[in-house]
Amino acid sequence: MTENRTRTVRLQVNGERHEVNLEPRKSLADALREDCGLTGTHLGCEHGVCGTCTVLVDGKPVRGCLIFAVQAEGRSVRTVEGLTGDNNKLHPVQQAFTEHHGLQCGFCTPGFVVLAASYLEENPRPTEDELREVLSSNLCRCTGYQNILDAVMSAAKVMDGDQATIATPANEPSGTSTTG
Amino acid sequence: MKPAPFDYVQVTSVAEALDALAADPDQSKLLAGGQSLVPMMNFRLARPAVLIDINRADELNGVARDGGRLRIGATTRHLQLQNLGGDDALSSLLRRAAVHIGHLPIRTVGTFGGSLAHCDAASEWCLVARLLDAEISTASRERGVRTIAAENFFQSLFTTAMLPDEMLTAVALPLLDDQHHAGFVEFARRAGDFAIVSAAVLVRTVDGVIRTARVCLGGVSSVPFRSSAAEAVLLGQPWSEDGCAARVSAAAADAAATEVAPTGDMHGSEDFRRDLVRALVPRALAQAADSTRNRMRSR
Repeated sequence: MTENRTRTVRLQVNGERHEVNLEPRKSLADALREDCGLTGTHLGCEHGVCGTCTVLVDGKPVRGCLIFAVQAEGRSVRTVEGLTGDNNKLHPVQQAFTEHHGLQCGFCTPGFVVLAASYLEENPRPTEDELREVLSSNLCRCTGYQNILDAVMSAAKVMDGDQATIATPANEPSGTSTTG
Repeated sequence: MKPAPFDYVQVTSVAEALDALAADPDQSKLLAGGQSLVPMMNFRLARPAVLIDINRADELNGVARDGGRLRIGATTRHLQLQNLGGDDALSSLLRRAAVHIGHLPIRTVGTFGGSLAHCDAASEWCLVARLLDAEISTASRERGVRTIAAENFFQSLFTTAMLPDEMLTAVALPLLDDQHHAGFVEFARRAGDFAIVSAAVLVRTVDGVIRTARVCLGGVSSVPFRSSAAEAVLLGQPWSEDGCAARVSAAAADAAATEVAPTGDMHGSEDFRRDLVRALVPRALAQAADSTRNRMRSR
């Protein structure tokens, strides 16, 4: 390929601006890892099945492998790195994963944590059935699903009881925007 | 990077999209939600030279009442339809279909119009469109605006009546009054998987008798299948608060299972798919009655 197809794309990730040069065919997940240096987002299947690359775009969970980085220009992106507050305190979902043994090898964990955190921030009092449905989105090949569910249910209680513990970057709208 | 290289064009209106598409229709693809197209590109099953991103053409997104119809813009997300308010038969049918589509992070992005244009044999929205005789609007620079009935729109596996220079702009569904009762059920081995078989029903009753019946099935042919045999069984039968009698729905299910000619594959043999039709048609009818009962109670 001789043609240079790279372009400059401005991304807003966890409240910080990143100006990156990339090809339009680069997925948002790849751009986050390779161009923004945010390697917390993992990639598994790269065709939308496993959910490992889940990130938030304008507050809504998306498959980072099924959206191109160029599409995210002007949107607000939030990754697992953006869940902790300025004080480095773990997000209640992250804390609950450690307490309930919600991870084993840890590969799928960022996707699960981001998915669960975004859902709980919009739905503070989910039922177990709702959470099972939401979490069915992601795969854990260590098959630690029950502990993941336990962790998220526990996080829901913590978050519902103490909204102040939720860390949201000050300059980022939390999940109010339209699906783009 | 998994997909083959492409030129990316972002448009903010239908007019811009049509211009971009007219430049090289055979080598271009429209990018809506991308939840089917991008996996195909990642596998290099699809290698468009030009990708026209229509996600910022705001005129394509949204749901509005238009006379006796509900007009759904092409890039309306599955989640928008899942969260549609209203307790009428149409709104609840759309919600019940939407929850089966992939998973939450798929439904935040994937679009109604994209689903119809993609024309997957397991698609929930294609089945709903066929059930309700949707009118599908397309536009192109050369052909102008066309309205295509769902019956003619879905032609074969991944093949619709749209030509390469046309784009789907909106879909009109009929509003359903209280005489209508609708249900949507499907069977998949895991939540979020493609359905092996799906069933959607719509009956219109007058004074406790079924006057119009629609039974549509997914997963038994390359495009949504309308079972006229099952519909003939239902027509003229009594309909109470509990729906139709068990023997009637069983007879309709048998008629449908006999009429379909499914192809077996690794996900389910021909016989298994027929058995699923037999199981799902009564469930869809029961759900139609349930929805109406809940609606009446909540008023």
